Amino acid sequence: MSGFDNPFDPDTQLHRAGCSCGRHHSQADHDADMKNEDARVSRVVESAVMRGLFPDDQMRRNFLRAVGAGTAMAAISTLFPMGAAKALAADRGKLEKTDLKIGFVPITCATPIIMAGPMGFYEREGLNVSLQKTAGWAVVRDKVQNKEYDASHLLSPMPLAMSLGLGSAKQAVDVATIQNINGQAITLHIKHKDKMNPKDWKGMKFGLPFDYSIHNLLLRYFLAEHGLDPDKDVELRNMPPPDMVANLRAGNIDGFLGPEPFNQRAVYEGFAFVHTLSRDLWDGHPCCAFGVKEGFYKEFPNTYAALFRAIASATDYAHKPENRKEIIEAIAPANYLNQPIPVLEQVMTGRFADGLGKVRNVPDRVDFDPFPWQSMAVWILTQLKRWNYIKGDINYQAVAEEVFRATDARKRMAEIGLTAPKSSYMKHTIMGKVFDPAKPAEYLNSFAIKRT
Amino acid sequence: MKKRLSLGQKSTLLSLALFGVILLIWQLATLPDAQVVAADVDPEYAALMGGGTTTTASSFPTPAAMGQTVWEKLSDPFYDNGPNDKGIGIQIAHSLVRVLGGFLLAAAVAIPVGFLIGNSRVFYAALNPYVQVLKPISPLAWMPLALYTIKDAEASSIFVIFICSLWPMLINTALGVANVRRDWLDVSRTLEVNPLRKAFRVILPAAAPTILTGMRISMGIAWLVIVAAEMLVGSSGIGYFVWNEWNNLSLTNVLFAILMIGVVGMALDSIFGVLGKRVAYQE
Repeated sequence: MSGFDNPFDPDTQLHRAGCSCGRHHSQADHDADMKNEDARVSRVVESAVMRGLFPDDQMRRNFLRAVGAGTAMAAISTLFPMGAAKALAADRGKLEKTDLKIGFVPITCATPIIMAGPMGFYEREGLNVSLQKTAGWAVVRDKVQNKEYDASHLLSPMPLAMSLGLGSAKQAVDVATIQNINGQAITLHIKHKDKMNPKDWKGMKFGLPFDYSIHNLLLRYFLAEHGLDPDKDVELRNMPPPDMVANLRAGNIDGFLGPEPFNQRAVYEGFAFVHTLSRDLWDGHPCCAFGVKEGFYKEFPNTYAALFRAIASATDYAHKPENRKEIIEAIAPANYLNQPIPVLEQVMTGRFADGLGKVRNVPDRVDFDPFPWQSMAVWILTQLKRWNYIKGDINYQAVAEEVFRATDARKRMAEIGLTAPKSSYMKHTIMGKVFDPAKPAEYLNSFAIKRT
Repeated sequence: MKKRLSLGQKSTLLSLALFGVILLIWQLATLPDAQVVAADVDPEYAALMGGGTTTTASSFPTPAAMGQTVWEKLSDPFYDNGPNDKGIGIQIAHSLVRVLGGFLLAAAVAIPVGFLIGNSRVFYAALNPYVQVLKPISPLAWMPLALYTIKDAEASSIFVIFICSLWPMLINTALGVANVRRDWLDVSRTLEVNPLRKAFRVILPAAAPTILTGMRISMGIAWLVIVAAEMLVGSSGIGYFVWNEWNNLSLTNVLFAILMIGVVGMALDSIFGVLGKRVAYQE
């Protein structure tokens, strides 16, 4: 059975191989007539719908003979959104590039990117993805800029920083989706268990993954809200997550705001406790993103579309708590996170030991949501400005809209049946303080501790 | 009558005794602490903390645990579970390919250039300042520059190997060539040997032991550097393996990798040792 046949032709035999319309000597001649891509896609969709409606081919042919093709088409169109189905199928054109290298840093933030490999999300879209575990954020940045990676897991402030040329050569990077929301924590050494009040943290040393990380911005925000100047009253050090755990054990740092599973890992090792979950600072904050170098979606539109579908569906799948168990099994092996399952379970289910003798139950400790809110980008930019990473004036919305591809994501999410918000901006509440993305400058001015 | 032990037997016995002492200290140092589980601890909490009985992966391994890991890894050295999980044999092969690539490139540059500056006082004096400035630079300091200009992690690590292997070979070649006995050169001049023949039949054999020493030093440095380079940017290789296991805070696997780095380094060194003996000559 060929998808090129007109299913509204009563003489076409949809359930039989070979040229069936009778107007051609061979199937090849028949196909040559159907060169027009649009016509082909329409036929494929119509055939699929007709096959679905009439499992018995004889029945379909009788029906068409009785009512005529035009009437049948109109009748079926009212029942089934033929136009939408055709538009959807047209988007799934030939992939320009099927072998892709995607980078990730082994933390639970990368869950959708990783699980899409072993759980077949890439394969379903016809992509052959090689997932490349990467040693650190600076290396990720360089490999995205060098085009060694076609796409990568990035910290959500990184594409903004790279697009502005902060801390690296200026190179526009697009955020296709956000990966995870929440899922970070402030972890302290057990010796500080009496210093629950952050006001007592003066002089302490904290580990952070990267300058352009939500971790850095959230920890600075948190400290400043408690009256500590993050540049003067404490010492902030960049280090990879395993070094955070090792340095915390050795006492070289007093705590860290790091990605999971390293907070829980430090607790599991018995020398640390979870002080504050990042969801308690800002419930629903963005953490990591899935990004591509500017131009990728223009150069490889169909590949980009397929990649988006794979990542967005995987992110949606990871959002559902009932799927988490299966996901843990997929991402724990040495090829991916290389972490003990008991630790990952505590992170992913939100039922965890806090290190102080209590079992806490926070189901949304880690969550996944693909939509790249531009208001989140504006917030990140206000904080980068606040701590003097961005020097000079900046048009917050313009940069946010250039880097976070929210409009595109909304359209693509709708196509695969995911609900996307209607607006790309919303008000966020961070530690009880409301952030209005329409007034970034006023928001920035409202802080007492800042570098501007 | 008591049989006297030969020197070799004595040293072997001493080596084994030393190994036993190290194992004993290791065993004593890693004896598990007696776990005190308080009666009032919530059993679920205890379970989430790993039960309070099992030693966690990041604690220092006992010799037995270490032995088991070595056995497991060596019994299946060539498995391939995807781009980030390969057997130790494959990882070492990746590292060796990089080292050999950089090393051979360096040899291809260092030996001809070394010949040139060893033969000519002018060239020697002209190039010497550059060599002196470039030689002490840590090869890893080149890494960011390499990544920025070459724009490829794989090529950058080969470049780093190249740049670190270059200097010892260059200097030793120049030294070897410059110190060929004048009598031999005079003889070849008397016999009117053409320059190419002189280079290959007189200078090269005469300088070979010095050149090989340079190559041996270079290979040693290259093997040291590849581990660090792969830890920084690698996506495979023994250095990447160390980083990956450190990321899992698995000291057992890190120790295993350290052991393997030592063994491979020793093997590489002894290859050059053998080659060195073959080109050595008595004057």
